Amino acid sequence: MNPASRPQAVLALLAIAALLAMPWLVTSDYYINIATQVVIAAILAMSLNLLVGFGGMISLGHASYLGVAAYLTIYLSTHAGLGSLASALIAIATTTLLAMLFGYLALRASGLGLLMITLALGQILWGIAYRWASLTGGDNGLGGPVRPRPFGIDLMNPTAFFYFTLIFLVLAAWLISRFVQSGLGQSLQGARDQPRRMRALGYNVWMVQWLSFVFAGFWGAIAGMLYAYYHQFVSPQALHLTTSAETLLMVVAGGTGTLFGPVVGAALVVILKNVVSAYITRWLMLLGVVFVAIVLFMPEGIVPGLRRLRAAMKMQPASSARSALPVTEERPT
Amino acid sequence: MNFWVIQGLNGLAFGSLLFILASGFSLIFGLMRIVNLSHGAYFMLGAYVGISAMAAGASFWTAILIGGIAIGALGAVIERLILRRLTGQPLAQVLVTLGIAFIIADACVWIWTGDPRPVPMPRELAGAFRVHQLAFPIYRLFVIGIAFALAAALWFLLERTRLGAMIRAGVDDLNMARAIGIRTSVLFPVVFCLGSALAGAGGVLAGPILSVYPGLDTDMLPLALVVVILGGVGSLLGAFVGSLIIGFIYSYGQALFPDLAYMILFLPMVLVLTLRPTGLFGRQAI
Repeated sequence: MNPASRPQAVLALLAIAALLAMPWLVTSDYYINIATQVVIAAILAMSLNLLVGFGGMISLGHASYLGVAAYLTIYLSTHAGLGSLASALIAIATTTLLAMLFGYLALRASGLGLLMITLALGQILWGIAYRWASLTGGDNGLGGPVRPRPFGIDLMNPTAFFYFTLIFLVLAAWLISRFVQSGLGQSLQGARDQPRRMRALGYNVWMVQWLSFVFAGFWGAIAGMLYAYYHQFVSPQALHLTTSAETLLMVVAGGTGTLFGPVVGAALVVILKNVVSAYITRWLMLLGVVFVAIVLFMPEGIVPGLRRLRAAMKMQPASSARSALPVTEERPT
Repeated sequence: MNFWVIQGLNGLAFGSLLFILASGFSLIFGLMRIVNLSHGAYFMLGAYVGISAMAAGASFWTAILIGGIAIGALGAVIERLILRRLTGQPLAQVLVTLGIAFIIADACVWIWTGDPRPVPMPRELAGAFRVHQLAFPIYRLFVIGIAFALAAALWFLLERTRLGAMIRAGVDDLNMARAIGIRTSVLFPVVFCLGSALAGAGGVLAGPILSVYPGLDTDMLPLALVVVILGGVGSLLGAFVGSLIIGFIYSYGQALFPDLAYMILFLPMVLVLTLRPTGLFGRQAI
């Protein structure tokens, strides 16, 4: 473990302890449900951050994995009559296959092209969900799966379900950080910063990026499965551009390329959304304003911002001077 | 037989609208490398502004002009106040334009409510054009004519004027263009304003065909992306051919496989990307 990651590990343990203690600290189901939403959103945002922060691949179609896994989980368990474990496994496997295909197509381009392709591919899925009503229920969506009862634990209980999602968050955080520190993850970051040099060194940049794309899709699928169980309902909204954009905002607001930035960003966005919708209906406008404000006033995100603040108070130069928003443009000459 | 001709003309009309939308998007992307995710919102806002202008007594033609000028001015302000600060930061530009798109979309619901608005057709162009047993709305023929006229005008602007030569130089190699003294600080706002104005005027023009409703922006934006990816970045010819291809596919798809029409729209993009990542007429990969 390098010295820089020790405070991170301490922070992680503290965060996990705080999350574990959540249900004792707040007794209301309402807040536990919001915490559950944060956890699910955090898994999705972490997986997107793998692409955006560590890979420099800005995807605007990350809702695809959330939505497809959610639709499949619900469709298979209620409409096709499969068991909940089989439904979940098939949903995750199929969604990961979809990520393989999307990765293959999106990685035909880099930078802004990749962004446009992922956006368009995401809109195809939204279009299917919205228009192919005989399969997906159209605008009415699909509903009806009851949360499973693994080992006789009733996940309909909000606290039990919160812990259920928390297991996946811890797994995601652990495995994604392992991935980022692995040789593959390091070469992904190398490909983000110096693609041409990495190619010259003999790395198969395309393969590295594709494998990361698929890994991110897998965790997106996990988030989708949990989303389906949490809401017990899925509509085209899960696949909409707004959902992809919200996830990207979580990543950017929390801090791209940090492990816990997306968790902080997810908490911010989910809490903001729940608070705002209780008072006004202008969520979309607020989302837009937050987007513009973050880019203009806090481009590096919350977690690196705090880190820099701490470093400034210790009178040390900030550890990372890398530009906050990854620049992905690589114009062939 | 009639079916194919009518749907073909419908496809041509829809493709024409797409061209008006995509040409502005492609110009901005080609020159400034900005993926303007507000472009669909500009289109929708232009249409709503046109509706209000008509409600206030303006003629359809004035409404098109007002829509174009209003959105062009909005684009100029956004370029001046926000995008200029973010020069050289592609992700920041994308996020800001996405945020602006959300703000505009929600503002439209706020001001014009969530109900779909039909847009009245100008009286001069109501009715149908008849040949033998075929009847085709005159307005759609008019839209097709406008798109071809616009294509010709843009071609003239780009290929035959000094401004066009500067834009082409910037699209081909921005750094080299700067090095030989082309003032991009003047060029960028002009092109952004022009592209925005095209989107705004296009929205009013599309009104009688598409009607105007919340969600029109996110319906149209991906289509502009697909046209640009299909045709090739920064290529006017690519935007033109791409628009027509997508227009035909939409029209026939809608008639033959209504459930899947929206998905079929994106198939050519997938196909072209697999076979030719630079797009049909693009010289550089996106």
